[in-house]
Amino acid sequence: MSAASLSPASMNARRSTQRKLLLGAPLLLLLLTLLVYPVAQLLLLSFYKDGTLSFASYRQLFASSVYVNVLLITLKVSLWTTLFAVLAGYPVAYLISSLPQQKKSSLLFWVLLSFWSSFLVRAFAWIVLLGRNGVVNQLLLALGIVNAPMNLLYSFGSTMVGMVHALMPLAILTMLSVMENIDRNLPRAALTLGARPGSAFWRVYFPLSLPGVAAAAIMVFVTAIGFFIFPALLGGRRETMITQIIIDQVQQTLNWGFAGAISVFLLIVVLAVFALYDKLLGLSTMTGSSSDRARPVAASGWSHAAGDAVLTLLAKATDQLAALMPRRKLRKSRRASEPGQSRGMYGVVFVLLAFLSVPTVLMIPLSFASTASLNWPPRGFSFQWYAQMFHSPLWMQALTRSLVVGIGSGVLAMLIGTPAAFLLARTQMRGKSLMLAFVLSPIIVPRMIIAVGMFYLFARVGLVGTTLGLILGHTVIAVPYVVMTMMAVLRNYDTRLDLAAQSLGARPMQTLRHVTFPILMAGLLSSFLFAFATSFDELTISLFASGGLNSTLPKQFWDEVTLQISPVIAAVSTCLFVFVALLIWVADRLRRRSLAR
Amino acid sequence: MASSNLKISGLCKRYGDFTALAPTDLEVANGEFLTLLGPSGSGKTTLLSLIAGLSQPDEGTMLINGVDVTYGAPYERDIGMVFQNYALFPHMTVAENIAFPLKMRNVDAAQARKQAAQALEMVRLPQLAQRFPKELSGGQQQRIALARCMVYRPSIILMDEPLGALDKKLRDHMQLEIKRIHRELGTTIVYVTHDQEEAMTMSDRICLMNGGRIEQLGTPADLYFRPHSLFVADFLGESNLFEATVSAATANGVTLALDQGRVSAGAANHGTPLKTGQKIRVLVRPQNLSVQRGTTATPCLTAEVLDVMITGSLTKLYLTAAFAGDTPITVAFPTSQQTPDFRIGETLSLHWQAADAVAIAE
Repeated sequence: MSAASLSPASMNARRSTQRKLLLGAPLLLLLLTLLVYPVAQLLLLSFYKDGTLSFASYRQLFASSVYVNVLLITLKVSLWTTLFAVLAGYPVAYLISSLPQQKKSSLLFWVLLSFWSSFLVRAFAWIVLLGRNGVVNQLLLALGIVNAPMNLLYSFGSTMVGMVHALMPLAILTMLSVMENIDRNLPRAALTLGARPGSAFWRVYFPLSLPGVAAAAIMVFVTAIGFFIFPALLGGRRETMITQIIIDQVQQTLNWGFAGAISVFLLIVVLAVFALYDKLLGLSTMTGSSSDRARPVAASGWSHAAGDAVLTLLAKATDQLAALMPRRKLRKSRRASEPGQSRGMYGVVFVLLAFLSVPTVLMIPLSFASTASLNWPPRGFSFQWYAQMFHSPLWMQALTRSLVVGIGSGVLAMLIGTPAAFLLARTQMRGKSLMLAFVLSPIIVPRMIIAVGMFYLFARVGLVGTTLGLILGHTVIAVPYVVMTMMAVLRNYDTRLDLAAQSLGARPMQTLRHVTFPILMAGLLSSFLFAFATSFDELTISLFASGGLNSTLPKQFWDEVTLQISPVIAAVSTCLFVFVALLIWVADRLRRRSLAR
Repeated sequence: MASSNLKISGLCKRYGDFTALAPTDLEVANGEFLTLLGPSGSGKTTLLSLIAGLSQPDEGTMLINGVDVTYGAPYERDIGMVFQNYALFPHMTVAENIAFPLKMRNVDAAQARKQAAQALEMVRLPQLAQRFPKELSGGQQQRIALARCMVYRPSIILMDEPLGALDKKLRDHMQLEIKRIHRELGTTIVYVTHDQEEAMTMSDRICLMNGGRIEQLGTPADLYFRPHSLFVADFLGESNLFEATVSAATANGVTLALDQGRVSAGAANHGTPLKTGQKIRVLVRPQNLSVQRGTTATPCLTAEVLDVMITGSLTKLYLTAAFAGDTPITVAFPTSQQTPDFRIGETLSLHWQAADAVAIAE
């Protein structure tokens, strides 16, 4: 068929299809080759033993109670982590969402600082904090609560503290995105309609914040179930989690089939959780936008009635408790104008934020100590640990490598993710939500499964230990963040500006160059920073793909910290902490600039 | 029943150095429809949220039905409030929304259902009981918000720019609806708006606010015909304000010298007494100005035609003259086939009745 025989309309339709394909293809290609293929390969491996189809791996998995117990422990640790992280995160998110912009930014800074701080740095901080001569034991001794240092480390408790500390920022940020969309006038309206503060909260605000709570819970749970850093560093042998078994199987015995079988199991649990969530609330609530469904779920029936009864009970209980408080009627009191901004609330949130921030900050004095022990309080003052760090070829090589990989995967993720974001944000097409789910899959699929699958693939094509392999691997992990950031930016972008430019005579490419990109610059930069930071802190993929020698900074950190803890690590931690604080500051400036326009 | 429903004395609110509301006195009678009118930042919303108990005053007292509620919580006051964006609870049905205040007052479920149904009848939307707020149009949400407020018969209903989000036609319709409900219930309503036309149409009395204080309080006619200040004269309706000097003052009016003392004219005076020789402004509404072609024997004000516009039922004439400065003079008269064909640039003479002009001290 010649082009001339096509009607202009069908030509146009064809061109637009081609454009869509062009925008989405790089991302699809990346995810298919580096995520779907390796993971599928790994899952398939679980059904083979010595080249023949067999269920031997699964028989091994369920043969003894050992692995089943590990599974149960993993679930137990993840569930408790989810419960505590969401419970502790709720008041913080609640208060932050109710503050005016200026105060909000200053509180949010501490949450973000913690969110972006390396998991490794934070785990290390807790090792030092909870050690026999750590801050906590010293404090307990000084207060006379105990007579001898307690063994706080390597227990269920220390694992929980570390994991809740690690995942609370994620819970806070997820809940915040929902809470910020709740109209602050609603609880106020409830007050004017005769509801006491407790009723206003439990009957109006709380039900509206539930999607945020659910989203936070699922994010925390899915992340927790794939964790190995905290159970490995802070837990004892009884807190071994399933991902650690996968690491052992791959690193020590190269038993791919068994690693695959565990991965299948892990994946099933995660997908089941997501399916349940989608069934109950709809996945669209996760992105912070309010549910597409016009009717809230379960508006009738016994579950609604039960929920109603519980909320009524909570409301009554809270109000009666408040009524017991001494009250001076008709006198000028410092009653907060906004429900929930009382001093008590500030106090609770302050304590929680301190819990988030203090551990990492305590690294700083220790890194300047002149003694080799990490005992509290630090003795003397010296720069020797910094000197050691800067003179160590291992650390310096790792740093260079991390920077190269971080910048490389940041740029690559941006190049691949931005067109896809344009596609998802700007065009109407079938299967859009499916595409979005696919783009987010690197976050949903447990990192360990991706890492092991990639390792298997890289080993066959000779990418293990290469910088390119690491960049590719990290790009897969970083690209969903780029797409999400850019989609959010594009949603706020007024497309009429493009039309205006075109009406003034600019061609599409000129419009992009002179209008679209200059305006989106801040968004592009912040999505780059997002990708860079993700790569810079990535351990799981690096654990396998970096090979034995050429490690990245997190890998080097991991190797050191599992061998011995030394003040050099405190020095590295301090550097990383300062670096992250700087990144957040820069990102915040960028955001403000983009808002000021 | 007390004749005064709401009594505010010396109420004051500051945010740091900024005075949102200067010490203010205000009394609202039972069943009255009072509008707080003013530009944004004039303190009207601050005053409303103080009455609602959503913020706390720094000084002063407030009585509702004789009970001191100055620092009382919103739920302890006998008030209802309709918010600007309606603030309907999105997770409750219309019926649940309306029953909410009854539930909070521990009214039993059956009784609450009955009352909610009655309230829905009142706003003429009984068929929407099982819908969620998201499924309603703006006008319907507005009426549901009103129903949720009326259902527990608060002695005062506060409304914060409730019609701001609606288009013109719906707004006009809702104005009538609110008036009808006000008549049927006999509740006191304190209404906030920045739309002077809305205020004129609906209110028994208007409380015009500016810069955190009450500029003038009175019936719509008071404010329109007898403004006490330039701000009031300018804010309500269209106005022409000319510079003038008082040449003689009597008990019920003043004689003025305009156009550098060349022309003499009369005006009423309702504000502070004026002194001879005082520089003032004289307000004449566009429809009270009359024009004539050519000049008359006695000295009179003249102006040149800038533009003629038919705006519908009124035809407007824009004139320019040295005595009026840079602002064009507006003259309005009923649109008619018999209107003479004014040419642009033509000179006309201007006249007004002394009773239609108001002298206002600067």
